Amino acid sequence: MIGGIMTVTELLDKLPLRALCLPDPDRDVTGGYTGDLLSWVMGSAQPGQAWVTIMSNVNVVAVATLCDVSCVILAQGVTLEPEVLKTAESKLVNVLTSPLPAFELCLTVGELIR
Amino acid sequence: MNPYYYDLHTHSALSPCGDNMMTPNNLAGMAALAGIQVLALTDHNTCKNCPAFFAACKRYGLVPVPGMELTTAEEIHVVCLFPTLEAALDFDRAVEARRMKIENNEKIFGEQLILDEEDNEIGRDPWFLPAATDIPLEEAPKLVGHYGGICYPAHIDRPSGGVIEILGGFPPDVPFTAYELHDMDRRREYEERFPILKTLNCVSSSDAHNLEQIRDAAHTVMLDDEPYSSAMLRISLLKTLGRKKS
Repeated sequence: MIGGIMTVTELLDKLPLRALCLPDPDRDVTGGYTGDLLSWVMGSAQPGQAWVTIMSNVNVVAVATLCDVSCVILAQGVTLEPEVLKTAESKLVNVLTSPLPAFELCLTVGELIR
Repeated sequence: MNPYYYDLHTHSALSPCGDNMMTPNNLAGMAALAGIQVLALTDHNTCKNCPAFFAACKRYGLVPVPGMELTTAEEIHVVCLFPTLEAALDFDRAVEARRMKIENNEKIFGEQLILDEEDNEIGRDPWFLPAATDIPLEEAPKLVGHYGGICYPAHIDRPSGGVIEILGGFPPDVPFTAYELHDMDRRREYEERFPILKTLNCVSSSDAHNLEQIRDAAHTVMLDDEPYSSAMLRISLLKTLGRKKS
């Protein structure tokens, strides 16, 4: 199938992803960004993008909110602490996790939304 | 030589994550109540509240240490301490040129207030202060040393900005002489995991971002204090932390 813009829920259905919190399931995924140094992400990630990262500290939610990404996708099975997820839920930040490494994850997301 | 209660890692209202109630006078007053004698202000990548902090510490009879919590290029947090206010402000200017310029969103991260001696706002830093600088971790001791200061990795027992979380270990080749634990009770555990730490001074400070987080005095450092002056104590502190344990 040829991809295009899809929602976070559609992404979840099509890829080996698990939702850790999904307060805004119908958000469109318009592209992607990957990076683990929060300063770089803050300066580069664009609204609507899926942000692929292995960072798991509390600042992830603040950066996701600032950049208004459509979702955070944690690679290689990384998860967030329940407290952090609670914050994500309240800030309407979708957080997904996948066993795939970041590179494979970007490839598969890229194929779907290209 | 006498023991001095210290807190060498605190934030003022200039750090975006620092509560706006953390004015220099509130910070110094609260630390004095908590029994602290030597107090450092270490805002993220800035020393711009240190002048007001010095005045406030004088008011409350504390020895002020001007400092900064530097974010390295790897986003590792490093506590930097200086012998004089002037040295800290020179260092501040050097770091300012090397900060990543990302606009601060006050609604998300908080306000970054520069305050005067009376806790009045005299300015705001427009750029998100804790963002990475382009200063690599291995360059930090030399750069700080150039300004007469010393530096050491902050809260290595924490995930956010802690050197061990980010690098996976304590760097053996960077000439650090100290390290900071948020939780002093974990010292033995960390020394066992990373034997190099046994040769370094272990500091535990509050990293207070609000008034409630200022801890009661608990940890001391032995300082050479004759002839007594606050300038002398600062130099003595930097000397003690600036050499490995014998």
